[in-house]
Amino acid sequence: MAQLSLKNICKKYPNGYEAVKDFNLEIADKEFIIFVGPSGCGKSTTLRMVAGLESISSGEFRIDGELMNDVEPKDRDIAMVFQSYALYPHMTVYNNMAFGLKMKKVPKDVIDQKVRDAAKILDLEKLLDRKPRALSGGQRQRVAMGRAIVRNPKVFLMDEPLSNLDAKLRVQMRTEISKLHQRLGATIIYVTHDQTEAMTLGTRIVVMKDGVVQQIDSPQTLYNQPGNLFVASFIGSPQMNFLDAVCEVEGNNAFLRVGEYRIALSQEKSKKLIDKGYAGKEVVMGIRPEDVSDESSTRAEHQAFVKGTVNVYELLGAEVYLYFDMCGTQMTARVSSSTAAKEGDKVDFVLNTDKIHVFDKETEITITN
Amino acid sequence: MNSNSLERNQKLRTAGTYLFFIIGSIIMIFPFIWMLLTSFKTVAESMQIPPDFFPAQWIIDNFKDAMASLPFGALYKNTALLIFWRVVCAVAFSSMAGYAFAKLKFKGKNLLFSIVLVQMMLPSQIFITPQYQMLAKLGMTNTIFALVFPGLVSAFGTFFLRQAYMGIPDEISEAAYLDGCNHWQTFVKVMVPLTTSSMAALAVFTAVFAYGDLMWPLIANTDLKMMTLSSGLATLRGQFNTNFPVMMAGSLLAMIPMVVLYLFFQKQFIEGVAMTGGK
Repeated sequence: MAQLSLKNICKKYPNGYEAVKDFNLEIADKEFIIFVGPSGCGKSTTLRMVAGLESISSGEFRIDGELMNDVEPKDRDIAMVFQSYALYPHMTVYNNMAFGLKMKKVPKDVIDQKVRDAAKILDLEKLLDRKPRALSGGQRQRVAMGRAIVRNPKVFLMDEPLSNLDAKLRVQMRTEISKLHQRLGATIIYVTHDQTEAMTLGTRIVVMKDGVVQQIDSPQTLYNQPGNLFVASFIGSPQMNFLDAVCEVEGNNAFLRVGEYRIALSQEKSKKLIDKGYAGKEVVMGIRPEDVSDESSTRAEHQAFVKGTVNVYELLGAEVYLYFDMCGTQMTARVSSSTAAKEGDKVDFVLNTDKIHVFDKETEITITN
Repeated sequence: MNSNSLERNQKLRTAGTYLFFIIGSIIMIFPFIWMLLTSFKTVAESMQIPPDFFPAQWIIDNFKDAMASLPFGALYKNTALLIFWRVVCAVAFSSMAGYAFAKLKFKGKNLLFSIVLVQMMLPSQIFITPQYQMLAKLGMTNTIFALVFPGLVSAFGTFFLRQAYMGIPDEISEAAYLDGCNHWQTFVKVMVPLTTSSMAALAVFTAVFAYGDLMWPLIANTDLKMMTLSSGLATLRGQFNTNFPVMMAGSLLAMIPMVVLYLFFQKQFIEGVAMTGGK
């Protein structure tokens, strides 16, 4: 397997559009890296530059220290699973999987062994003689994975490989991919716009927006300590609640003034706000839905109370989303399904102030998590 | 309205549709039937007014005369070679050019493709003089090459196969690059097999056009032994009178290879004509 290094990678098209700006990333051997971001953020373009399907406008891309910028895709020892699977329609499953090895002039018996081994792993043994058109979406996806596996490449690239599957199959295949990563010990770069996939699969996640890397971190760190407002809003479902606030300071204590409410912050958060000179300034307060509870739920140690009327009640089985209005902003609370709150009820909501995030209103950069 | 009247209306509509298509078929097949019957008539019968539908006597002398007047063996051979080379060249070159225009990135691609399109928009007759001059200067008239020459490349074929290649997702060729193919291998091993139905359609279209091409073979090859069936048959037409029964017999003989081909490749013929919009 391999170590990858992307230094100051840029992609600029002839019409002047910059799809990727100054992308820097070091990928260790056996890492499962996720590129995540909204459509058009440059994640697929970066992946395609790694594959060699797009030229690199500037910067350096290395695999195991070897410069790859001008190396042909076929000589990079990379396998890719496409969103559309890109199976060869005129070939059987066997030939689809064997094609890459045939091109490398691998002996027939070795090809046969590798294809059958991969087919066994992916439960494709009975489908080897079928053409792709005779397969279901999930089976096609597995063939695409098999085609990548048999080549035993240095790096696996996956471009939204699950986005064409139905919800149930997607969850199933997500687990399969995770198992496969553990089994093969492969270095994988995986592109998705689905943050659940990103959170569950990745060892590290690269969050991108408008061609710029927003944050590179482990799923847990991204969730708990987002680097800016975009990352905070993108990671997490339902997304974080954001409220415009003013930072008020009294002695060593900082408060966030949101309309009629004055929310006291912890010593640590207060210190950061005061030290960074935010006293009296406008900021954005963020709090995740699970850190907003109704009265009946277990209370956190540091709390702030707000009143709200439940606009929408969404039961998801194990939990309930309560939507309510706070100072003109729609808020979401994620509470236990045993909650007594119903649509139209006036509820005292409790904010866990330890979990409040504060962002600079201008730069949107995190001040304190 | 009860179910009986609904059923009656449905039957009437079906009968009307059938009648319409039967009349259409008769109109389409009539010239062929007339040719067949005329080939067995005498000259006097063929010119008779009002005409008799069936010949008074079924004579086969017209076929003997036609075969004596024209070297049918050479005509069949020349036509077969013309069709073969036109089809091979049109499919081979058009698929390569179509692939390049559809999938490769190079400077001036759009300009070059516009030139191809312009060629399609111009009437083919304006190319005849320069093409003939080129052949004459090369001393290549009265050869098979002379017959094939204008059909070596096909603007229509390039356009048609470009559309076919454009219908194949880029990911397929990209997967082939990652699997170790270069451009040529991607083209031969992956893209060509995916466009075989379009190529078959182009082959049928080219074959039908080459078979029926009259003007160019008549100009390029004046030696009767180097003519095609269509140009050879045209020599049966006299300046002042024409022996229609012999001409019809000759036409019938000329049709045989195409009818046999049609019987073998009926599906491809119909698909080809439908896909290319040829008729």
